[in-house]
Amino acid sequence: MQVTITINGEQVTSDIEPRKLLVHFVREDAGLRGTHWGCDTSNCGACTLWVDGKPVKSCTMLAAQADGHELTTVEGLEQGGELDPVQKGFIECHGLQCGFCTSGMMMTGRALLDENPHPSDEEIREAISGQICRCTGYKNIVAAIQWAADNPATSEVTA
Amino acid sequence: MQTPAPVDYVRATSVENAIALLQEHGEEARLLAGGHSLIPMMKLRLARPEMLIDINDLDELRGIRVEGDEIVVGAMVTHAEVLDSPVLAEHYAIFREAEKVIADPIVRNKGTVGGSMCQADPSEDLSAVGSALKGSVVVQGASGRRTIPMREFHEGPYETKVGDGEILVEARYPVRPGAGSAYEKVERRVGDWPVCSAGAYVVVSGGVVTDCGIGLTAVGAEHFAAPEAEAFLVGKAPTEENLAQAAQLAADSCDPNSDQRGPADYKKHLAMELTLRALRRSAAASQGA
Repeated sequence: MQVTITINGEQVTSDIEPRKLLVHFVREDAGLRGTHWGCDTSNCGACTLWVDGKPVKSCTMLAAQADGHELTTVEGLEQGGELDPVQKGFIECHGLQCGFCTSGMMMTGRALLDENPHPSDEEIREAISGQICRCTGYKNIVAAIQWAADNPATSEVTA
Repeated sequence: MQTPAPVDYVRATSVENAIALLQEHGEEARLLAGGHSLIPMMKLRLARPEMLIDINDLDELRGIRVEGDEIVVGAMVTHAEVLDSPVLAEHYAIFREAEKVIADPIVRNKGTVGGSMCQADPSEDLSAVGSALKGSVVVQGASGRRTIPMREFHEGPYETKVGDGEILVEARYPVRPGAGSAYEKVERRVGDWPVCSAGAYVVVSGGVVTDCGIGLTAVGAEHFAAPEAEAFLVGKAPTEENLAQAAQLAADSCDPNSDQRGPADYKKHLAMELTLRALRRSAAASQGA
């Protein structure tokens, strides 16, 4: 079947099998490898991206379901050549080592801050509770999202 | 790599259309709601439908509203929407308390009330909530709608009374002025299925319990309910002793299995302790404490 999915503001059309998972569409058909393919069981959250503005684990959604919908991936966080504050926060606060969970963590962090610009550490931990980091632990990830809360960009991500 | 087996896909345009598609494709067709139980089952080949009927476009199955003396929750309402609903929070704390510990925030963005009920996992938290509140579900087929009490909805693990060519369209919960409610869950880690959960509502009036409901999940409670414990408590003062005795009756009516989440005697202990905690907080809330 043919599907057209808008990813970071650009339409991607592809002929796919209905069983294709959204994470594989994004990585293979759209060529956007920032969204990572992790546990395949909706536990680790490495594949988290936004569907119509809400974080979703893309290993547990069919690409067919996203036909006609809008996705935002980690590649869409950067605005006008400038990194999103959450991305800067991960750099500033050493929010990653291997980087595997990072794009998913950043998508959740950005979504949280759009809804709640000044979350408590506990609210951040709750927001990322469906995602697993096996390197740094979560302290620096929480600090990175707090850094972004303290250093907001002048314009919001709208893609 | 886990990928579902080959399958066809179609989007339903209305409830009537979904029913027609179910009839057309027969038992090899499955409705696709949030997909967060069905797609994992398909990856593991525990489910192998040949046709998926996507009902995500059916806005008529969304929304939470009060209708007469019932709260109506559409089948496609997500867990996140239940968690955030001011209407549900106003009437029953149990929804928020249960949803906070169902899966994780990202999964809650996709998983739905109807999907959870129809998956009918014996450890499903929303089934315990629905049984505690003595709610009902409305199922629609080609010949119209029928209402099924949640305490009669489950035929067994992963089996419900939803028939061929039928679709669950909404869940209904009675409004009970003055009721307090609560939910208690023990899980091994965040986002996991419960080792045991217990939920309750209690109405205290004139110093006695005039109405109550108890729901339990993951511990083999028949229809996720504990009717003997409820019958014991009604008409009695909500003292610690009476609540504890009701909780013990609830635990006695459970039949948990020993598995990787714990031995059966531990689960029975949890059933007693979590029911007691839920009853205690529900009774206190009903009395405005």
